[in-house]
Amino acid sequence: MIGGLFIYNHKGEVLISRVYRDDIGRNAVDAFRVNVIHARQQVRSPVTNIARTSFFHVKRSNIWLAAVTKQNVNAAMVFEFLYKMCDVMAAYFGKISEENIKNNFVLIYELLDEILDFGYPQNSETGALKTFITQQGIKGQHQTKEEQSQITSQVTGQIGWRREGIKYRRNELFLDVLESVNLLMSPQGQVLSAHVSGRVVMKSYLSGMPECKFGMNDKIVIDKQGKGGASDDAGKSELGGSGKQSIAIDDCTFHQCVRLSKFDSERSISFIPPDGEYELMRYRTTKDIILPFRVIPLVREVGRTKLEVKVVIKSNFKPSLLAQKIEVRIPTPLNTSGVQVICMKGKAKYKASENAIVWKIKRMAGMKESQISAEIELLPTNDKKKWARPPISMNFEVPFAPSGLKVRYLKVFESKLNYSDHDVIKWVRYIGRSGIYETRC
Amino acid sequence: LQCLCFCLCLYSGEIFELKAELNSDKKEKKKEAVKKVIASMTVGKDVSQPDMAIMAVNTFVKDCEDPNPLIRALAVRTMGCIRVDKITEYLCEPLRKCLKDEDPYVRKTAAVCVAKLHDINAQLVEDQGFLDTLKDLISDSNPMVVANAVAALSEIAESHPNSNLLDLNPQTINKLLTALNECTEWGQIFILDCLANYTPRDDRESQSICERVTPRLSHANSAVVLSAVKVLMKFMEMLPKDLDYYGTLLKKLAPPLVTLLSAEPELQYVALRNINLIVQKRPEILKHEMKVFFVKYNDPIYVKLEKLDIMIRLASQANIAQVLAELKEYATEVDVDFVRKAVRAIGRCAIKVEQSAERCVSTLLDLIQTKVNYVVQEAIVVIKDIFRKYPNKYESVIATLCENLDSLDEPEARAAMIWIVGEYAERIDNADELLESFLEGFHDESTQVQLQLLTAIVKLFLKKPTETQELVQQVLSLATQDSDNPDLRDRGYIYWRLLSTDPVAAKEVVLAEKPLISEETDLIEPTLLEELICHIGTLASVYHKPPSAFVEGSRGVQHKRLPARAGSGESTESPDVGQSVSGVSDAPPAVIPSQGDLLGDLLNLDLAPPTTTVPPVPSSMQMGAMDLLGGGLDSLVGFHTCPAPVGMPAGLGAAPAVGGGLGDLFDLGGGVGMTSGSYSPPRVVWLQAMKAKGLEISGTFARRGGVIQMDVSLTNKAMSVMSDFAVQFNKNSFGMAPAGPLQVLTPLGPNQTVEVSLPLSSTGPVMKMEPLNNLQVAVKNNIDVFYFSCQYPISLLFVEDGKMDRQVFLATWKDIPSDNEAQFQIKDCHLNAASNKLQGSNIFTVAKRTVEAQDMLYQSIKLTNGIWVLAELRIQTGNPNYTLSVKCRAPEVSQYVSQCYELILKN
Repeated sequence: MIGGLFIYNHKGEVLISRVYRDDIGRNAVDAFRVNVIHARQQVRSPVTNIARTSFFHVKRSNIWLAAVTKQNVNAAMVFEFLYKMCDVMAAYFGKISEENIKNNFVLIYELLDEILDFGYPQNSETGALKTFITQQGIKGQHQTKEEQSQITSQVTGQIGWRREGIKYRRNELFLDVLESVNLLMSPQGQVLSAHVSGRVVMKSYLSGMPECKFGMNDKIVIDKQGKGGASDDAGKSELGGSGKQSIAIDDCTFHQCVRLSKFDSERSISFIPPDGEYELMRYRTTKDIILPFRVIPLVREVGRTKLEVKVVIKSNFKPSLLAQKIEVRIPTPLNTSGVQVICMKGKAKYKASENAIVWKIKRMAGMKESQISAEIELLPTNDKKKWARPPISMNFEVPFAPSGLKVRYLKVFESKLNYSDHDVIKWVRYIGRSGIYETRC
Repeated sequence: LQCLCFCLCLYSGEIFELKAELNSDKKEKKKEAVKKVIASMTVGKDVSQPDMAIMAVNTFVKDCEDPNPLIRALAVRTMGCIRVDKITEYLCEPLRKCLKDEDPYVRKTAAVCVAKLHDINAQLVEDQGFLDTLKDLISDSNPMVVANAVAALSEIAESHPNSNLLDLNPQTINKLLTALNECTEWGQIFILDCLANYTPRDDRESQSICERVTPRLSHANSAVVLSAVKVLMKFMEMLPKDLDYYGTLLKKLAPPLVTLLSAEPELQYVALRNINLIVQKRPEILKHEMKVFFVKYNDPIYVKLEKLDIMIRLASQANIAQVLAELKEYATEVDVDFVRKAVRAIGRCAIKVEQSAERCVSTLLDLIQTKVNYVVQEAIVVIKDIFRKYPNKYESVIATLCENLDSLDEPEARAAMIWIVGEYAERIDNADELLESFLEGFHDESTQVQLQLLTAIVKLFLKKPTETQELVQQVLSLATQDSDNPDLRDRGYIYWRLLSTDPVAAKEVVLAEKPLISEETDLIEPTLLEELICHIGTLASVYHKPPSAFVEGSRGVQHKRLPARAGSGESTESPDVGQSVSGVSDAPPAVIPSQGDLLGDLLNLDLAPPTTTVPPVPSSMQMGAMDLLGGGLDSLVGFHTCPAPVGMPAGLGAAPAVGGGLGDLFDLGGGVGMTSGSYSPPRVVWLQAMKAKGLEISGTFARRGGVIQMDVSLTNKAMSVMSDFAVQFNKNSFGMAPAGPLQVLTPLGPNQTVEVSLPLSSTGPVMKMEPLNNLQVAVKNNIDVFYFSCQYPISLLFVEDGKMDRQVFLATWKDIPSDNEAQFQIKDCHLNAASNKLQGSNIFTVAKRTVEAQDMLYQSIKLTNGIWVLAELRIQTGNPNYTLSVKCRAPEVSQYVSQCYELILKN
């Protein structure tokens, strides 16, 4: 299991050092600093073995988190734990920075004791942790017996992510369908690979221990129901609207509150949600993706000292919708001396420090087209190696789900309290963003 | 008091130092340390006594009775952190109470505390019976308590390989599976990792566990997914392949594995390393998912390199066009390592998918035109392999390669280029000039290049003897006289001697046809692969090394193995032994033939570096050898002075040149001088005189010089003379038939015996016999026709060229379905040189590994009818029982092969 956990600043100074096991010597802290943080080379692996000791590291801004062990631990678990640790810290004090870590020194040690016992990860749900680990030290002195046993049963219990007795005057929930479209396109416009990775984020402000059921236009479910009878058709259009009837989901994963065995057998998503914001599910689709933008590059080398670039972008969605925060990044060679840009819409600038022309458009409606052309002057070099031509990348945000996913329903049942599904105010929002959206040129 | 606990938690990092100080001899220091302990625990309390540590413990003991469960848990957790022997004794009672506490939070903390205590004082834990209490906790009502108990037990069990601590039986498994649905994500990982150690009793149990584990594949936590994959991959081994469920399961595995690739880069890396293993074990799972492994521009370098590896493994005729287009793209990237690997990958595609070879070669030529130094070098290295794979097809590109000769500065590329020049010397007009240019800086070159240069020049000489005498003379003297490298010197001497004694033989050896190279490279050895599959998700699977390679001490030394499929020849363990698969801990640990090794082999295959140990040779013999050398060389090349004897090191240099040694070195084995070792069964009476009107026939079989012979003694026990002998065989399994008449020239008088050797051919009519090695014979004489049947050892059919190339072996082993594997025990063998003995009977050792006092011989056999048999023989030092695993496409043969092993090894 995990033998110890260190947090370093960007210089390699130790901010936090917690050793759980005897087999981790004091020199381990230094070994990592010398061999990884101060190494001249770029990091070649997130797992490093130094003198039979294995180090796992992740970096958050300029803070290094390293877990260390001498055993054959579950590597995936260690990384998952490190990410979780970051989430927990962020939930307690915001951004993970050197200053925040120093200011919350005591708290971090306390957390480390609670969520990692002898190197075994324990309950790490922030909701539960916050009930008894607070910035003022461990609670406990002033609680009643009931409160105490409630805490322990929650921390160890089946529903470790939610406490009993939550009350809201207004029962409300927000669903965000956040998708990122990833695309790799050849210069000729052939889709080399495209997929959507989506997340359903839920903010729930519900009283009691509500039982929820979530439904979307999953092809498998719709097909199954189609056989049973077409009576559900009305429900389909309720929240959905236009677009495809159903989508094929390649794979999905769920927050631990979802009953996986039920999903496996009936493909129904039922759960008791944590309070507040959390990620209900993640999914991935590859079929019939709406690619919101198409990039058409044209690069011409004029002699050895000049490049002509022309890039056309076309929006490919309903004209009534507006895409926002559009940014096209056209890489330029390292030996660029000057750039002249002309664009029809938005603003374009050559950023020498980033070796790219950045073209920004605030808004763009569907089924439109825009163009940029640039002349790039090059300094003559004797470098034999040709310019590697990195792909043109794009960023944007669109108000629909490129995968075609629609939320069909989210039903809430709470038998003990007197509110019903109809009393809950529900909000659904779809946001499609660019993931890695690249066109080779 | 609560406050104290909390404080100590804070300081437990320092306990480390304190422990050292508490144990120190100096009284002064000890006092200081105790003070520190107390200070850190009892803030504000007056400290006056020296033995306060114990008193501090008392406060903990008291805290363990606190009404607040959080405090009780804190106390027991903290006490576990104080790693001082004296304190641990006081820990036992509170711990016992806490293990049975009413509050689950206390129980789950206490469960981990048992593991802590075990780490400090294992004996104490056993004596106090904590292990039994811990086992009871597996049936606890709270899922988190179960998970922690499982984690603690698994860890303790690891340091007691042979104990039966984790007593996994269907009941406990059921409890674990129930807890699996309810506990935290981390708990699920503990439970799944523990489940993976279980061996189900039959395929039905295995299926039902799989069914209950598959929902975990949709968990958001990648570690849960990977651990579930591990359990499924392992238990799938036991399912019959024709089962519908087996196919369903295979289909279910692909999507979650692909989803892992959208995780954070560090997890992607772990996932990719594991997918690499899974793809080798079960390529069918991901064969349609090539696209997801395409490299993204912003992937960290470690992710890029791993993706590339998997792309090559998945490359097939169906997707090769896409793959090549991608690889070409990658070859223009920035990172040098990545570009090199991409170029190398193009070469591997050419070798793997024949249809793409042409396109690959032209892509490589394009890349060479870029003149980027490391791209050119890498391209030349892989083109050499392509030449090996497709001889006489792409030699037209040699001219282009030669243009780049000057830019090569890396040994591997130089060696590859020299190999090409040597191999195709007859087509390159200025081959001698090219090689000569390398010769100038001979001593500055690396060994690899020197060896290659030596071989290439000898090849050149054999092809164009007239113009290159001087050159060959020069390189031989450079190699033998001026070099300190024994490999180089030995190779030099061997060539010298070969050239001097028998130029024709030299030609045969040096210009021999090379075995083809296999399609797959960098495959992990099957046994190691199996072990790593059992470690999916863990560090071992990231390093691709067995845990024993990087874990100290007793932990992780047990080797895990995949369970046997129901109905295969392998003896199934009874469930109680099989529980922790460590029961089968004699499972072989194995070492990967590292990439370097393989590449080295590839490069030098034309002449394997001399690895055979040379027996010490008496000096007289050495002298003889020198004579031979001197004279021969004179007569051949017309040298007048022979420098060799002067520079020749005693013994070492001369020995390999002598007869057998030479044969060995070149694997010339082919029947020469080997036959004496071939196994021949003792004589048996086949036909009794009573049944055959006085003719008694006894005999045996033998294989001499590549010919199967039936040695028969015919005895006349009748009163009259016998004559006109003839023999005929019934159709048999391997088509054995007499290759000539039974030659009994003179009539056989009463009480006379005649010995006849009947040569046999294996090209006769075939019919499957039962048993397989049965032979029905008819013998005729002037009196009557007699029938008898006898059984021949199958080793008769082992042919002399049955040595498989190491890589072909690896690939074939993997290729043959594991159903066809059969395992046998060979008891009571006391031998030192098993491999030599076996080689005498044409059982060839392809590779040998020794790991932890266990020798593993990988052997290949070829039968007369072309069937290959692969075998793995495991020999544990001091254990007279050998284990033999046989894999063959015709599994019927396995049993007979094992009989032969037994016979050969024991005779």
